[in-house]
Amino acid sequence: MDKIMVEGINKNMDEIIERWIRRMKEEKGERFFHFMPDHLVEKTSREFAELMTSNISDSSAANTERINDFTEKVVRFGWAIKFVNKAIDNFSDVVYEFLEEQEIINESNLRTFNIIFRNWINPLRESIIDAYSTEWERTVSLQKIALQELSASLIPVFDKISVMPLVGTIDTERAKLIMENLLEGVVSQRAEVVLLDITGVPVVDTMVAHHIIQAAEAVRLVGAKCMLVGIRPEIAQTIVALGINLHEFTTKSTLQRGMQAALGMTNRAIVEVEAN
Amino acid sequence: MDLRSSVEIITEWDIVAARQLGRNEAKKAGFGTVDQARITTAISELARNIYLYAGKGKIEIERVTDNGKFGIKIIASDEGPGIPDLRKVMEDGFSTSGGLGAGMPGVKRLMDEFKVASETGAGTTITTTKWLH
Repeated sequence: MDKIMVEGINKNMDEIIERWIRRMKEEKGERFFHFMPDHLVEKTSREFAELMTSNISDSSAANTERINDFTEKVVRFGWAIKFVNKAIDNFSDVVYEFLEEQEIINESNLRTFNIIFRNWINPLRESIIDAYSTEWERTVSLQKIALQELSASLIPVFDKISVMPLVGTIDTERAKLIMENLLEGVVSQRAEVVLLDITGVPVVDTMVAHHIIQAAEAVRLVGAKCMLVGIRPEIAQTIVALGINLHEFTTKSTLQRGMQAALGMTNRAIVEVEAN
Repeated sequence: MDLRSSVEIITEWDIVAARQLGRNEAKKAGFGTVDQARITTAISELARNIYLYAGKGKIEIERVTDNGKFGIKIIASDEGPGIPDLRKVMEDGFSTSGGLGAGMPGVKRLMDEFKVASETGAGTTITTTKWLH
């Protein structure tokens, strides 16, 4: 049965593709084909159609290898998943209509063809959705890792003085990481003063403040002092409005001032020497 | 022109999306850096409350006018457990989650107008406005 169908499709491939393209262009809100040059539309469509028809088989066990191949190639077209889904739908519709017109499908074998169609289309769709979602998950987890690599390292600047520059949004996960790195660093670098620089933190709300206060308290417990630097004027005003109490530790507007204060706390200073 | 935009709060990262939207709207409306920071921080607090206590909800941001005054209104709504004791929540230092307890009274101080409607078991809606002076 499937052989007759494949033959029927192959013989009339041009007609099917043409109808399919027309239908895809009629799709509301779909501008994809309108922006592509005609010869490219023709080429990708033909490729897509060939990929689609290469998978027809009326055995229920789908050919995994060929499906994977199909998925890989379709993903490489770079179409949106919604568009691919529509493309598959429209293609099977067009083929069905065509086979009906050619009277290859008639009332007596309708059931058999339904099963063939189901076995043909469903695995393709599943495989496509699976491939796309795997790709997204991978991207998200990679970005998470990249973000973690960016966050929170404690930098020894002078003997006994270390700086931790904080950049970007602080969520619960990062706050934990900051705390860990801070405490580990303080101990291993034998820091006496730690400067937390929040110049790059866009919003300081109560949660961020809470994490900072906790970190400072923990630093105090391991025998060092914590200083908060890089407080921009607008952040200072929101902290006051929120009523957050930062009296417990020293704060400075910039890292530079903080560094001077830190040197003072460890009984040192930067002096200019006369050039000879 | 669509005057209202909204962000669904489901994950912790939606908080970032909500305040990003707030910052952009505040900037477009002509607020200065300090007020931008106030509005963004207020949204951050409200969105975090939704995330922490209700699980999910939404933040809507709307431009408003009143007698020639121009401003931004933030509506935070959820269908969470509601707030049993409103007076307590507005006290500084009260928290059920081990936080600082500065969120709600903080938002009130950051913004110009502040209104809470809450029903135990049915949800909470907080409406707050900042006027452009």
